[in-house]
Amino acid sequence: MDDKFNLIEKNLLKNIADIEKIPMGAYNIRENGKSIGRNTTANIDIVSKKDKPGIDIIIKSNTKNESVHIPVILTKAGFNDIVYNDFYVGENADVVIVAGCGIHNNYCETAEHDGIHTFHLSKGAKVKYIEKHYGEGNGSGDKILNPQTIVYLDNGSTLEMETVQINGISSTIRETKGNLGINSNLLISERIMTSENQFAKTIFNIDLNGENSSVSVASRSVAKGNSKQEFISNINGNNKCFGHVECDAIIMDTAKVVSTPKVTANNINANLTHEAAIGKIAGEQLIKLMSLGLSEKEAEQQIINGFLK
Amino acid sequence: MLELKNIYFFRDNKQILNNISLKIDNSKLIAITGPNGSGKSTIAKIIMGILKPDSGCILFNGQDITNISITQRAKLGIGFAFQQPVKFKGLTVKDLIELSSGNTINLGEACNYLSDVGLCAKDYLNRELSSSLSGGELKRIEIAMLAAKKSKLTIFDEPEAGIDLWSFNSLINIFEKMHKQIKNSSIVIISHQEKILNIADEIILLSDGEVKAMGKKENVLPLLLNSTSKPCKVMVEKGGNK
Ligand SMILES: Nc1ncnc2c1ncn2[C@@H]1O[C@H](COP(=O)(O)OP(=O)(O)O)[C@@H](O)[C@H]1O
Ligand SMILES: [Mg+2]
Repeated sequence: MDDKFNLIEKNLLKNIADIEKIPMGAYNIRENGKSIGRNTTANIDIVSKKDKPGIDIIIKSNTKNESVHIPVILTKAGFNDIVYNDFYVGENADVVIVAGCGIHNNYCETAEHDGIHTFHLSKGAKVKYIEKHYGEGNGSGDKILNPQTIVYLDNGSTLEMETVQINGISSTIRETKGNLGINSNLLISERIMTSENQFAKTIFNIDLNGENSSVSVASRSVAKGNSKQEFISNINGNNKCFGHVECDAIIMDTAKVVSTPKVTANNINANLTHEAAIGKIAGEQLIKLMSLGLSEKEAEQQIINGFLK
Repeated sequence: MLELKNIYFFRDNKQILNNISLKIDNSKLIAITGPNGSGKSTIAKIIMGILKPDSGCILFNGQDITNISITQRAKLGIGFAFQQPVKFKGLTVKDLIELSSGNTINLGEACNYLSDVGLCAKDYLNRELSSSLSGGELKRIEIAMLAAKKSKLTIFDEPEAGIDLWSFNSLINIFEKMHKQIKNSSIVIISHQEKILNIADEIILLSDGEVKAMGKKENVLPLLLNSTSKPCKVMVEKGGNK
């Protein structure tokens, strides 16, 4: 089974899904617009959509300790891959979902993947969703990723979402929408690094509709070179709820970062906070690490690696 | 081990250090004391290379280090525990203790450094060195980092500040342990605390950017304690946080 993938494919899969061979449990691997491997389990079904590209992932109630991997890799250019993946997570299920997209572009044409992921979490369901984006290749062609994540959280459900994009994506617009029911929790942690002339924009639109629903968005980014980043968040507190947004950016060279955290309370018991910070690496941090024997470059690297960890 | 020769430092229309000359021998525990604003931290930063003196020179084991970088000084064996510890988003206590020691350390070693400063390793190793830690906790971790760095010369800038819940004896034990474990090493402690001055071999008294007295504890301590007519600012301001 190990030899199913060539080196390029293995490297992409390692970077986005920490896998180099066929994963355990349920999976669907998509390459250049086609499913190239699929496995289902007794509790997790994966069905191709009839009306548009994509799959439905159906997870039975009370499924525990199982995982679903749905990596996407692109190794051809001149290609815009749009895919719709819908996750239906049954009551009290507790699962890990690993998605992500790796692009290897050795060509001068653009390679683009737009994944629209919709999560329907039933009562008491718990999902950890990990999504990594990675680009590589020597071609001048752009590597574009425009993911959308739409989240419906029913009574008492929790989605923990970790997204990472720290290398090689020319342009990305990432949008996350949340509809939160009673007692539901959405925890988002985002890590972005851009360099050269790259662009990344991330937008969060979260509606806290249910009583005692809560959202926490923690975004950390590093903008290097001549890259540009934009962070927008819109948190609407429509009930007794709790919302916290934290976006922190380190800016280097001639990069630009715009941060617009917006919170709207439509209910007297909505408790909403935001913190935004943009700045270069603090001089005292560099000095401290240099006084431990690191060179200035090594200190900078440690600070960035830690920040994006 | 270390010699400062005629160090001057002038900023904002103020002579912050005015012709400072001093010598620190091997295997010594030296206390620097003096009122807030007398220039104690400035001297420490000049020794570490964080600030450059306007004139004068610094010798470390005979080598002129006046113009070399912070990194090079750290590698030669100078260490500095900041008065105000630096916070790092993302880097953990374990990361910083490892960076200090210069290599990856096992859990047991890391635990020892932390338990020496009165922190339970399993509660702290994976915590970020961020605002989620209290000032006193950050201060203790700073001390643990310098213990892990094992420098020939370590300067502690007001190590006792903000750690009132933790006994002085533990702090003093750390200094004595470092002294023993690092051959010929010397420690400089900037402090207002009588208990710390009491364990020093020598005391340097600073005031208005000048060395007012310097010598054996037996000779300098009485100067501080007996100035009854005009109460010694040093003692009044103990725990001061300038
Ligand atoms: N970079 C600087 N620029 C201007 N003034 C400074 C600078 N650093 C220190 N000072 C001033 O120098 C004096 C000595 O400061 P410091 O060395 O921190 O004193 P101490 O540690 O003894 O309390 C103070 O008056 C302080 O305000
Ligand atoms: Mg000071």
